[in-house]
Amino acid sequence: MNPLARILKKFRILFGRERFRVELDEEMAFHRLQAERELIAGGMGAEDARYAAMRRFGNETRMKERSHEAVGFSLETVAQDLSFALRQLRKNPGFAVTAILILALGMGASVAIFAFVDAALIKPLPYADPTRLVDVTESLALFPHGNLSYADYVDWKRMSTVFSSFAAYTGTGYGLNTPAGTEPVPGERVTVGFLRTLGVVPMLGRDFREGEDVAGAAPVAMLRYSTWQNRFGGRRDVVGQTVTLSGIAYTIVGVLPRDFQFALRDNAEFWIPLQPTTECEKRRSCHDLYGVARLKDGVTVEAARAQMKSIAAELEAQYPDSNRGQGASVMLLSEAIVGHIRPILLVLLGGAGLLLLIACVNVSSLLLVRAESRRRETAVRGALGASPLRLARQFATEGLTLVAAGGAMGLALAYGGMQVLQRLISKDMMIGMPYLRELKMNAHVLEFAGCLALLAAILFSITPILHLGFSKMREGLTAGGRGSAGNLWRRMGANLVVVELATAVVLLTGAGLLGKSLYQLLHLELGFQADHLAIVNVGLPLPEFSKDEKVVQFAREALERARNLPGVQSAAISDVLPVSCNCETDWVRFVGRPYNGIHNEVNAREVSTEIFATLHARLLRGRTFTEADDATRPPVVVVNESFAKKYFPGEDPIGKKMGDTALTPKSIREIVGVVADYRDASLDEEQWPAEYQAFNQSPASYFSLIVRTGQDERTLLPLLASAIHQVSPDAAVEDGTTMTQRINDSQTAYLHRTAAYLVGGFAGLALLLGVVGLYGVIAYSVSQRTREIGVRMALGAQRSSVYKLVLKEAGRLTAMGILAGLAGAIGAALLMGKLLFGVRAWDAETLIGVAVVLGVSAMVASFIPARRAASVNPTEALRAE
Amino acid sequence: MAKKPDLLPGTLDMLILKTLTRAPLHGYGIALSIKRLSDDVLTVEEGSLYPALQRLLLQGWVKAEWKLTETNRRARFYTLTAAGRKQLGIELTEFEQMVAAIGRVLADAQEA
Repeated sequence: MNPLARILKKFRILFGRERFRVELDEEMAFHRLQAERELIAGGMGAEDARYAAMRRFGNETRMKERSHEAVGFSLETVAQDLSFALRQLRKNPGFAVTAILILALGMGASVAIFAFVDAALIKPLPYADPTRLVDVTESLALFPHGNLSYADYVDWKRMSTVFSSFAAYTGTGYGLNTPAGTEPVPGERVTVGFLRTLGVVPMLGRDFREGEDVAGAAPVAMLRYSTWQNRFGGRRDVVGQTVTLSGIAYTIVGVLPRDFQFALRDNAEFWIPLQPTTECEKRRSCHDLYGVARLKDGVTVEAARAQMKSIAAELEAQYPDSNRGQGASVMLLSEAIVGHIRPILLVLLGGAGLLLLIACVNVSSLLLVRAESRRRETAVRGALGASPLRLARQFATEGLTLVAAGGAMGLALAYGGMQVLQRLISKDMMIGMPYLRELKMNAHVLEFAGCLALLAAILFSITPILHLGFSKMREGLTAGGRGSAGNLWRRMGANLVVVELATAVVLLTGAGLLGKSLYQLLHLELGFQADHLAIVNVGLPLPEFSKDEKVVQFAREALERARNLPGVQSAAISDVLPVSCNCETDWVRFVGRPYNGIHNEVNAREVSTEIFATLHARLLRGRTFTEADDATRPPVVVVNESFAKKYFPGEDPIGKKMGDTALTPKSIREIVGVVADYRDASLDEEQWPAEYQAFNQSPASYFSLIVRTGQDERTLLPLLASAIHQVSPDAAVEDGTTMTQRINDSQTAYLHRTAAYLVGGFAGLALLLGVVGLYGVIAYSVSQRTREIGVRMALGAQRSSVYKLVLKEAGRLTAMGILAGLAGAIGAALLMGKLLFGVRAWDAETLIGVAVVLGVSAMVASFIPARRAASVNPTEALRAE
Repeated sequence: MAKKPDLLPGTLDMLILKTLTRAPLHGYGIALSIKRLSDDVLTVEEGSLYPALQRLLLQGWVKAEWKLTETNRRARFYTLTAAGRKQLGIELTEFEQMVAAIGRVLADAQEA
């Protein structure tokens, strides 16, 4: 009979167990009755016959058991092991609760962080065949990942053979008329092949058609799903209707699928074919696009990069004026999207892993202590006939029970942690990381948790089994049972504690370095005073404000009204806010100097007259702008100190003239002032040279209004919005914010803060676990050596020398842990170099601080058992034997 | 009560199968049959028949069904299956080989 049929039969018996039992009983009863009858027929007395029949039958209960065993699964004994394990854990709740809590913390942290890693790094992008999608842009020495110019995009697309499709996109904003006034809405301009490249099909209507991205084609638009739902009531007849954006009527041709996301520009509500109509797109030297392409089958990213680089070189030769130094960057789209958060996630995963390691080590040593105290029990069970395998299985079952309880709690903790971490991400940042919305307890995460649990279970089963070594069973039966096993535990336990302490050092150092980075970042010398600044962003609808004079007029009136608000000290305009990015750059060339075509890239900002006063930025030389610097006067600029140092070393820049790379007469402007550097870039970017142009001479239709007040700047925000609407009801005003909030909420600050807090939390737990582990080892060692200490003291040892004895042991372990840990910590810090800001991996202050903190905590933890040892009463200790 | 020789280990299954070759029997009948045929030399601890029977059932070497005895009592009767007959053949061959081997060793020991 084949094994499968046998197993099926076993199952039938298992589920018809009651019937099996009844039938067996009846059969056996019949047997005895027959035997009894026969004996009576042979002349035996009724009573005697009954006993004789029973004797002949043998031990009935045993026979029944053996019958059950014959058909039962050996699994049934597992239930016995399990109930014994539970009884054991209940008997010692302190141990069980501690072990389960420690495990739950370790597993919870790891699983929660893994869920983020899964959502951001492992799960592919939600497009067809996402590994074939690449991000394609131009590159510069300063910008390894820059933008594309429209003319270059067109040439690249024409000349390349490695892509099956190649699209460009760029962000934009529109003013949308709503009942509440003009609302600024984010939009995206894309070439018509964009969705086809991603492999996305509109859920309603049609995709863009060839030719719709040619200048002059009829304007069409596609809606994001949520826009369709919220602004158009989800009506299916929306296709074919028109929507007016910034004064232009667009025909709606389609709606994007509900689950569509594009991490690099996820908040765009309206998707419009990219017609090269802006000033920038008419110039080859102006870069405002990004490219995304699908690789042809069999083409590698490297091959594509090589071809794009050679095309870029060709164009450089052809257009030396505009394309000098313009290379090409081709990378996987996923790299472009999640590349920047990979280091932080990996660091966090590493931190959580270390915490889990320390938790497992801690539980292992708890199990060791317990196995030690259960030597007698194990020995007795062994002597009573429990097979070694059965004993081992008992320990395995206990380990599994612990892991199951700890794992279940860990999953609950992880779920809670994920919710909290997700909620901590600001709405603005979520726009850049839409993949985090997919953060869930999914199959991946559960599998990961299962693997962790399995590893932990194996570890916890093996530890006590190894420790016991069945050959020593008999030794365990002898009273006291001290001797070699105690030493073994001390050795193993001590090694484990060194591992724990070393791990704690690594985590503490990591936390220290990240904390220091965060502090440096938030206390960076900004070059201006960030407090008491209120900010609103203003967008002016284009047809109405297409003339510069109208924008200037609007700005003048808006500033005037803002200044008259209660508590306002000064007000100014900048087209890009401080602490944003090294972006919106310009290439400059100086009049009267030889020019070799190199790109002198500087940040360019259009600012109003009072900007430096409002920010409290220091003017170093020359003058700032005045209201007189308007379109009727020759253009002037103020430059920052970095600019002056880089381009005018040892020279006075005031009065010098500069222009664009071709020195077109219109572009020539005179430097009239130098301000001390203030931060245009984001917190962790380097300081670049910058030029500030007079807003009145070079106005922008989208800008930020910055207001300094003596009072709480938040109260100003609604007043500012209404002041702007008073100037023009058509102006779009975005939710205001304050400068300090902007800096604290910036992605740079968020990432550093999250990393510092989480790793700090892990490190705190690791310190606690490590120190508790050390306490356990020392306390155990003291309890084992009570008699020895008693003898020493009886022979005249001073209490101080007992202290020394115990503390020396603790000190040795701590020192080993710290030394091993410091080596590991420097290694780990080098690995996370990208996340460090303003500190080095071998930052002595942090390393010494960690060593001191751990050393002191360890000494405090071992002082308690040392005290107990020193207060041993020699007579009692000796009598106890 | 005189001490009876123990059954050779592993032979009980074979004996049960053999007794069942003649006719279906219930447990008591099997015990009785083994005892009679061996002239009272082989007495099994009667209860140990039952775990053995469960094993044989599980292997599919015997079948069981409840029937009435001549005295009109309900009893479980065991019947040899085709697989059981084959198994008996295998076990008999192995057993004979073993007995022959033991015999040869013992004969040799006597000659020496």
